[in-house]
Amino acid sequence: MIGYRLILLLCCALFAAGAIADTPDGATIAHQGNGHGVAPCMACHGADGGGESAAGFPRLAGLPQAYLRKQLDDFANGSRRNATMQPVASALSDAERDALSQYYSKLAIPNATPASAPSGGTAQLGQSLAEHGRWSNSLPACEQCHGPGGIGVGDHFPPLAGQSAVYLGNALHAWQQGARHNDPLQLMQSVTSKLSDADIAAVSAWYASQPLAVPQEPKP
Amino acid sequence: MKPLRWIMFGASLSLAACHQPAQQAAAPVSNTPVPATSSPKSASRFEPPSESSIPNDEFGKQIALGRQIFIDPGRYAKAYVGNPLSCENCHLDAGRLAHSAPLWGAYPMYPAYRSKNHHVNTFAERLQGCFQYSMNGKAPPLGDSVLVALETYAYWMSKGAPTGTSLPGRGYPKLPKPALAPDYARGEAVFKRDCALCHGDNGQGQQVADRTVFPPLWGPQSFNWGAGMEQVNNAAGFIKANMPLGRGNTLTDQDAWDVAYFMDAHERPQDPRFNGSVSQTRTAFHDTPDSLYGVTVNGQTLGQGSSKR
Repeated sequence: MIGYRLILLLCCALFAAGAIADTPDGATIAHQGNGHGVAPCMACHGADGGGESAAGFPRLAGLPQAYLRKQLDDFANGSRRNATMQPVASALSDAERDALSQYYSKLAIPNATPASAPSGGTAQLGQSLAEHGRWSNSLPACEQCHGPGGIGVGDHFPPLAGQSAVYLGNALHAWQQGARHNDPLQLMQSVTSKLSDADIAAVSAWYASQPLAVPQEPKP
Repeated sequence: MKPLRWIMFGASLSLAACHQPAQQAAAPVSNTPVPATSSPKSASRFEPPSESSIPNDEFGKQIALGRQIFIDPGRYAKAYVGNPLSCENCHLDAGRLAHSAPLWGAYPMYPAYRSKNHHVNTFAERLQGCFQYSMNGKAPPLGDSVLVALETYAYWMSKGAPTGTSLPGRGYPKLPKPALAPDYARGEAVFKRDCALCHGDNGQGQQVADRTVFPPLWGPQSFNWGAGMEQVNNAAGFIKANMPLGRGNTLTDQDAWDVAYFMDAHERPQDPRFNGSVSQTRTAFHDTPDSLYGVTVNGQTLGQGSSKR
């Protein structure tokens, strides 16, 4: 009787393993690669999905699923040109892209200390662009789409707060130069055409230093 | 007929050119050449004082409070607000931006006779209307600290502006009548293409952490049937000059009219002046082709009002 139960249990386990093998597992790809050419994501994006800010590898943990999925598609189709990510994204199947997007979107945001805040004129310029924009040049504030404190809004406006300054700067330059043109309604291409190099450096440093939680305002 | 149409088309183009704000010259993504214009508007554009020049004294405190109310009325004028909108949603850059009904364009024009209520209104009374209609709330009493702060902010911003003179950039641009009568289906297509990304498929807007990032455009959380934005001409002018955010003047006039019509052909909270009959309320307060209140669109007579919250 015990033997029979054990056999049944083993059959179930084997069946379950087979089912898992058919549906790609985001965590497995993230940690081990997909077994046919894609390196583990964690090699650059960190075991906790927190990224590696100094190298400009962005945090993926907690980003919107639809946004992540779109970026993988866009790396593959070239509307977001990136020498590292293009071969990776191209070698991921449809189901694998889904699995990874889901995995990273649900991954807890690592409890990392934000980068140290810029100072003086850089801080002032960064904060001003983030919160006020520069309407004399038809430039909206970043937070008008990316939300208060840059915490991100919905599927299309990813969080900026606590993201790598190097990554943010690279992304802004990529839009400006046309290497990245996968933004809905050309919103970011329009925005970056109004930014100087100093603006980009300042606003990237500003957001890298911002906490990932919503800033609390004092009660009136 | 054909030559006449071309003349009208040409006329609307040249009119549209007059509404191009100066900063459009720097707008990048659209490669539309900026038409040469002899208009001296850009040179004489009023410049409000910079925010850093708000004085650090008791007067300055009221200016700063007025600005805070303007940006976040749900927090700083809570008692008088009935929806999650902010003044800044329609008056961009904290009320400073030309062609977005800037405060410096409005303040020097009051007191003024308004056909909306058939008497001379002070600026404070005009502000009361914003709370009653656009904010779907209730009017702060005259002399209330909220009105004092807002009026102080507007007064400060208008420093140097001539009184009683309509400055270029005041209000929203008056678009020439469209070639085709505004249309719901065409407007819906524009909405899906250029607006839904931010304002949502049902115009519900988007909030994060209890803050409105993209305002609701219709429905119970939006401005009510008494607000200026319910008039298609006002909405079309605002949209043309300012939407999508940061990419103003990229929609055609026709698109702006169509999408404004689409937005205003949806239910929203009842006009607070509603007297029990939609048709009588239309006659009393909405007797203009630019209002869809009481008009039947797609088999629905508008003006029923969507319940508040």
